[in-house]
Amino acid sequence: MELLDQISLNLQNGLDEKVAVLTKDAIEKQIPPKEILNSGLIAGMNIVGRKFKDHDIFLPDVLLAARAMNGAMELLKPLLIKEGIPIRGKVVIGSVKNDLHDIGKNLVAILLKGAGFEVIDLGNDVPAEKFISTAKEENAHVIGMSALLTTTMPVMKKVVDLAKDEGLYGRVRIIVGGAPVSKEYALEIGADAYSYDGANAVETVESFFPVNS
Amino acid sequence: MRPLFRLLSDELIERIISEARDILCNLGMEIHNDGVLSMLSDHGASVDSETNHVHFTADIIDKALAAAPDSVKLFDVMGRQTHDLTGHNVYFTPGSAAINILDPHSGEIRKPLTADYVEYAKIVSRLDNIASQSTAFIPSDVHEKISDSYRLFLSLLYCEKPVVTGAFTIDAFDVMKDLLVAVRGSTDALAAKPLSIFSCCPTAPLKWSDVTSQNLVDCAKHFIPVEYISMPLSGFMAPVTLVGSLVQHTAETLSGVVLSQLTRPGTPVIYGGSPAAFDVRYETTPMGAVETQMIDCAYNEIGKYLNLPTQAYIALSDAKQLDAQAGLETSMGATLAALAGINNISGPGMLDFESCQSLEKLVVDNEICGMTLRLARGIEPKEDFPSQPIFEELLREKHLLIANHTRKYLQDEHYFPGAVIDRANSSRWKEEGSLTIGDRAKSEIAKLLGGYEPTGLSDDVLAEMNGLMKTEAAKHGMDSLPHEDL
Ligand code: B12
Repeated sequence: MELLDQISLNLQNGLDEKVAVLTKDAIEKQIPPKEILNSGLIAGMNIVGRKFKDHDIFLPDVLLAARAMNGAMELLKPLLIKEGIPIRGKVVIGSVKNDLHDIGKNLVAILLKGAGFEVIDLGNDVPAEKFISTAKEENAHVIGMSALLTTTMPVMKKVVDLAKDEGLYGRVRIIVGGAPVSKEYALEIGADAYSYDGANAVETVESFFPVNS
Repeated sequence: MRPLFRLLSDELIERIISEARDILCNLGMEIHNDGVLSMLSDHGASVDSETNHVHFTADIIDKALAAAPDSVKLFDVMGRQTHDLTGHNVYFTPGSAAINILDPHSGEIRKPLTADYVEYAKIVSRLDNIASQSTAFIPSDVHEKISDSYRLFLSLLYCEKPVVTGAFTIDAFDVMKDLLVAVRGSTDALAAKPLSIFSCCPTAPLKWSDVTSQNLVDCAKHFIPVEYISMPLSGFMAPVTLVGSLVQHTAETLSGVVLSQLTRPGTPVIYGGSPAAFDVRYETTPMGAVETQMIDCAYNEIGKYLNLPTQAYIALSDAKQLDAQAGLETSMGATLAALAGINNISGPGMLDFESCQSLEKLVVDNEICGMTLRLARGIEPKEDFPSQPIFEELLREKHLLIANHTRKYLQDEHYFPGAVIDRANSSRWKEEGSLTIGDRAKSEIAKLLGGYEPTGLSDDVLAEMNGLMKTEAAKHGMDSLPHEDL
């Protein structure tokens, strides 16, 4: 079987050590890092995502695959940077000011990281300004916000408005989620997207990055 | 005999408690509140102020358990006793703090308004099997900073039943407490006759946030009952086994008892919770899962073993509509809870993982509650022995419809649900319009609202409450409140 297929398959099975060994192997065999990433790791993760959606596999299987992905990314990242290949995208994520709910946000962060995105997790109770300043400092592509309380949702609008003031709006994509949040609300406040769960968040963030960019 | 349902043996309960105590003493809790940390340190707990970590001691846990009362009584707005949360007494409370409401007319799931809240409070005032109100959802037409105090205000204004509530911030507690004191007349009167229970949540795993631990301390200072709402999520933020989740729930809840009792020994506390299974397919926390309900009933046994009144979020559903799933999950939870003797059973009206209230479902659930309350009374002989005389009467008269025995025990022995439960024969059902349960619930709501009677609060108390609420609203730029226009 071709090496990249093997990486994909072992990743789907959540075998992190095996994926690391195979990734090293691929690097030694001079397979371009971008190809290892796209045709090996991300290809595997896409299948995992699809199977999860169909209930063929469950969340723990997805997290095992994500762990294997993270391990392989550690090996690939220096090479990708050296060759000037942009990483898959950088996401700044957090639960908004006065909101201590972070379980859902954490899950989204893990799944995004598992899908190959670089994730900067600001934790919970994050002030609006902090989302913006971090996105600027880190040259992030995406801001992700979580709110679980009716009373903390308005912070999301504040972040969108600040992004407009600071000239980030349109350049940095804003995605929101959490039980009181909806597609309509996202639209209303001017966010780019809404996702109802972690798997859907991965699909949506992926859609921000056209293939082969 | 009162029927009782048990899941745990005493040996298992003792082991779970002992493991939980070890966790509190050896692993400790993370508490983000300086006042609470220094109080615990004063009582001999070892505190690491860098990491906010506290290691409890066996001594403070024992002291707290010894100080906690074994019963919590509640009194309605007019000062009449409504609850004695103790032993196997059971009472129902609507599910609280929903984000949405299921619009009875359009069937749409939307953000609730003040008008919905007022309807809700009026309906609860007339539901016989729902003993207390909860601040069931958040009116979205007021400033978010007053949304917790405003719902308590509306509840007290429109319904006499005691209120299960909770604050979203540290600051909100004061005005909420002032509203309760306004109803009773003084802080002492409120302490003597509790009107409200505050829900306070530890954060799984093994943490207390600044806000919720401060709410707990503030309640204890005023002798306001609290229910601890620990939420282990099995297999995610807690061990996947029910026993493992119970150990975590016990540790988190015991830590709450310690915080309350160290603040003020004897303050009323309720051993509550809202644990859930975690559905690894949908990334959700199903309240209608049988495992969720098993954890609820089991921690209630642990609470009883510790001689504390209990509570659980159990009579509710994850369905999105008033459908068969809503009925089956709510009934299963309510039935198990009543049989387990959970003192304050929370949930009626609630859908969608505690995030949507439905007034129609509340009216239907009121009947589920009525049936389970009947079930909990069990089977007792009532002038049934010797049996021969009543059978002689039956054989002689050909029926017992007007027998003395029937007339004496009919209402007591049989629960007659309201019109939402269909017991007509099919011809009558067709003739009356082939109504669905949703249709019947809608007309029941109209009937209940039509017969609503205002509460007996005096004009002075009303004026004081209005004054408090208006001052609070003015702080956030609102010079009028939506209920004034209804
Ligand atoms: C667990 C829980 C808690 C835990 C949180 C622990 C933690 N570390 O997060 C604890 C016990 C601490 C807690 C506390 C409180 N809670 Co709470 N809580 C919940 C509960 C039951 C489940 C939330 C959860 O974790 N779900 C599981 C995760 C996996 O799902 P999720 O969060 O929805 O996230 C998914 C999606 O929404 C989406 N998503 C989420 N974020 C993001 C972000 C992005 C960028 C994207 C793309 C997607 C996305 O993807 C996630 C993965 O699938 C909800 C009920 C509910 N229906 O949500 C109430 C709920 C949200 N809580 C509520 C309340 C009232 C409170 C308290 C105020 C109670 C109190 N009085 O103390 C406090 C608030 C403290 C504060 N200031 O924040 C209310 C909200 C009421 C309202 N109208 O606003 C709810 C609805 C329950 C209720 N009816 O009472 N809570």
